[in-house]
Amino acid sequence: MNQMIAEADFVNATADKHAQGNPMLPLAASGLRFAINGRALVDVEALDIQPGMPTVIMGPNGAGKSLLLRLLHGLIVPSSGSITWAGKPAGKNIQHNQAMVFQRPVLLRRSVAANIDYALKVHGITRSERQPRVETWLEKADLKPLARQPARTLSGGEQQRLSLARALAVEPQILFLDEPTASLDPVSTQAIETLIRDASDRGTKIIMVTHDPGQAKRLAGEVIFIHRGEISEKTPAKTFFKSPSSEQARAFLSGGLLI
Amino acid sequence: MHNFASSFIYAAQLLLSGDPELWAIVLLSLKVSLSAVGIAALIGMPLGAALAVARFPGRGAAVILVNSLMGLPPVVVGLLVYLLLSNAGPLGVLQLLYTPGAMIFAQVVLVTPIIAALTRQVIEDLDSEYSEQLRSFGVSRLKSVPTLLWDARYSLLTALLAGFGRAVAEVGAVIIVGGNINHVTRVMTTTIALETSKGNLSLALALGFILIGIAIAVNAALGMLKSTAARSAYA
Repeated sequence: MNQMIAEADFVNATADKHAQGNPMLPLAASGLRFAINGRALVDVEALDIQPGMPTVIMGPNGAGKSLLLRLLHGLIVPSSGSITWAGKPAGKNIQHNQAMVFQRPVLLRRSVAANIDYALKVHGITRSERQPRVETWLEKADLKPLARQPARTLSGGEQQRLSLARALAVEPQILFLDEPTASLDPVSTQAIETLIRDASDRGTKIIMVTHDPGQAKRLAGEVIFIHRGEISEKTPAKTFFKSPSSEQARAFLSGGLLI
Repeated sequence: MHNFASSFIYAAQLLLSGDPELWAIVLLSLKVSLSAVGIAALIGMPLGAALAVARFPGRGAAVILVNSLMGLPPVVVGLLVYLLLSNAGPLGVLQLLYTPGAMIFAQVVLVTPIIAALTRQVIEDLDSEYSEQLRSFGVSRLKSVPTLLWDARYSLLTALLAGFGRAVAEVGAVIIVGGNINHVTRVMTTTIALETSKGNLSLALALGFILIGIAIAVNAALGMLKSTAARSAYA
């Protein structure tokens, strides 16, 4: 019950911010195909992502969720098709405003604070500006007491919190997350979800892969369901969980093994 | 047998008495080899790292070439450097032949491929872990080289020490370009070769002990560094 009230507040509080829009959006992809040896692993005819609450990508293992995320972020080059951000093709400037958090956090062999500092530095932020920002994000991610510790000695949950704080520290307009809580305990998961919600609140567009329906219910504004590299449906979250329009999503949600 | 034992005793006396001639030789050895490793690191590390991250046609061949240069025979390097530095050679004007400078030069040639090849391996492994994250940060492949080198710093010490081990122990190259001139270009290995052929086994033995001692010290230092690195999960 509390959760539902919190969600309702969250929707009201963030509606204004989202209405202001995000200069990077809408994101439009058309004829997006990624194939290896002629086999299409991602084949998206058309995709359109608007400002607003988080867009959550769901689907069974091997459906191409992570690949789609990487294509959108520009980490891999599509075999064919195009991606545009607010009408402009992806380029250096566009990528500058994006960040990504991976399923397994990749932490530099440096201290916790130095990890955040590095991300800010390569983002082109001056030294004098970096220090207060590092402090802010250590605080937000509840990592302040661990600031001087080597990052790779943190626990799994702390590592992912650092990885998320590091991504958010550059204040991206778009944040991609690839199953950020896949192997985390509930407390760590909650901390991550709070950070994600805060970011969304401040107008960062969240595009996130998860295969935890509970997490999707808690965070998603809309759900994109992928099966075998193709989009089965793209539906507002409420509708998706009540009455998904595609056969595949119905089978997935009812706990069937979707083949 | 008597000779054998007394050589050991005399060698120990030389070491303990702080014989100035002996320590001058040791110092020159260290100076030459440390300088060579320092210069080789400045060339070999960026080169190896660039080779690890760059994607260009012929990269596979370049990797094989660098790897095979690791096994360059020191006497051949000595000969080639000799030809380069001799009065008639292209670098003859430098007048480096038979100076410590020539010995450093030769050892740089010998050690650079070792450091480059080992760096390439270390950086390639680290890059496979880092590359997606760095691309996501907007750091291009070539621009990621300093980051990769810094984050691989503990693993790269192995490459440096391997290079140092090779440099300080080789005799073929330094004897050709240095000439083993007393008080000028005489280092541990060349002295061992000379004194052994002269029958002065105790000085040779004393130097041999020091060389082995250096090898042990270097490996002990390496082991300690590695466990430090492992504790902070930096390795």
